[in-house]
Amino acid sequence: MSVKTLVIDGKDVSGNDNQTVMEVARENGIRIPALCHLDGLTPVGACRMCVIEVKGLNKLLPACVTRIEEGMEVSTNSDRLQRYRRTILELLFSERNHICSVCVSNGHCDLQGLAARHGVTHVSVPYRYPSCPVDATHSRFILDHNRCILCTRCVRVCDEVEGAHTWDVMGRGIEARVITDLNQQWGTSGSCTSCSKCVHVCPTGALSEKGKSVAEMAKHREFLPYLKQMREDHR
Amino acid sequence: MSANLKTKPALPSADKRWKIVDATMRRHGYRSDSLIEVLHTVQEAFGYLDEVAMKFVAGSLRIPPSKVYGVASFYQFFTLRPPGRRTCVVCMGTACYIKGAANLLAAVAEHYNVKPGETTADGELSLITARCFGSCGLAPAAVIDGNVAGKLNVADMLERIKEGAQNDAA
Ligand code: FES
Ligand code: FES
Repeated sequence: MSVKTLVIDGKDVSGNDNQTVMEVARENGIRIPALCHLDGLTPVGACRMCVIEVKGLNKLLPACVTRIEEGMEVSTNSDRLQRYRRTILELLFSERNHICSVCVSNGHCDLQGLAARHGVTHVSVPYRYPSCPVDATHSRFILDHNRCILCTRCVRVCDEVEGAHTWDVMGRGIEARVITDLNQQWGTSGSCTSCSKCVHVCPTGALSEKGKSVAEMAKHREFLPYLKQMREDHR
Repeated sequence: MSANLKTKPALPSADKRWKIVDATMRRHGYRSDSLIEVLHTVQEAFGYLDEVAMKFVAGSLRIPPSKVYGVASFYQFFTLRPPGRRTCVVCMGTACYIKGAANLLAAVAEHYNVKPGETTADGELSLITARCFGSCGLAPAAVIDGNVAGKLNVADMLERIKEGAQNDAA
């Protein structure tokens, strides 16, 4: 392992060569927006909210899956990046039916929070209004595809942390949906342990606990870095 | 989910085709990375992938069922429902799309009263879409009952499908 030095937003920083730009930025108090990324899960670079500019490269890189390099000059918050991030958020809103005012996660939602922080006041692309089902067959939880942004946090936490791999993604493109087992009702899944990890890592109201009403679904994620730490210590 | 993950699941039935599927898996040492190969074999043997088959493959290769379903539903080649007696695959790749594939698709869908990706109620025709056959020079192209047909217009297309049906009947 060797130490690398780089510049992020004009600040001289350093990190180990196996760290990502996102990690090093956070350690140095620089907050790069993220949606699919969650500390404790393998980053997948799916949402592109974390795009950064690197001097000398004319393409944008996702900070959550880009390793630091010696002498890198990174910019995380240019006007261009902010504009792109707003567009990404608008596209996410337009793709399903995110009606915050009646959502269980209103006020606790990562998507809503990012939109507020990025000044998304309206959506300039046409809404798609897909007709999406809600699966309430599980005894304790609800899956509402209308709020799903396909970040795959549920898929990863179930596979990597719980070890059940109940969730996956079916189809492709605009037809893609998260599924449990053989695309069957969640309540009939044989692999689900009802551990609720997926519910708590879900950034939106797509996964929630039963019995929660509008704005009541606060998520708790402290367990994730904790479990990860405990497992590493056991190795 | 089988209770004991150490033992391989039994063949789902006495149907000989399961032996073919099992042979493919054995040939690959029941390795999880042979999933796509194995699904190909199932599709060839049975014409489609149903729940029983996906469960059997998932159990034998020790892959989570959701992952098997994810792979099976990702590739357009795999079908999860029994195909019709005849099939018409319309290419919706870029070249074909530009040359009006959407019209062809809509015409067949209307004529046979079937949605793309589905089979007519009488099981006669499956209408399928694909992304680029690699026959872009023939755009717009379709594969009708396994034969590539190119530079199609709506009339040709409906004619070809009808011809196939008549040959079948003869
Ligand atoms: S947070 Fe990096 S791509 Fe989603
Ligand atoms: S786009 Fe249709 S064959 Fe390539």
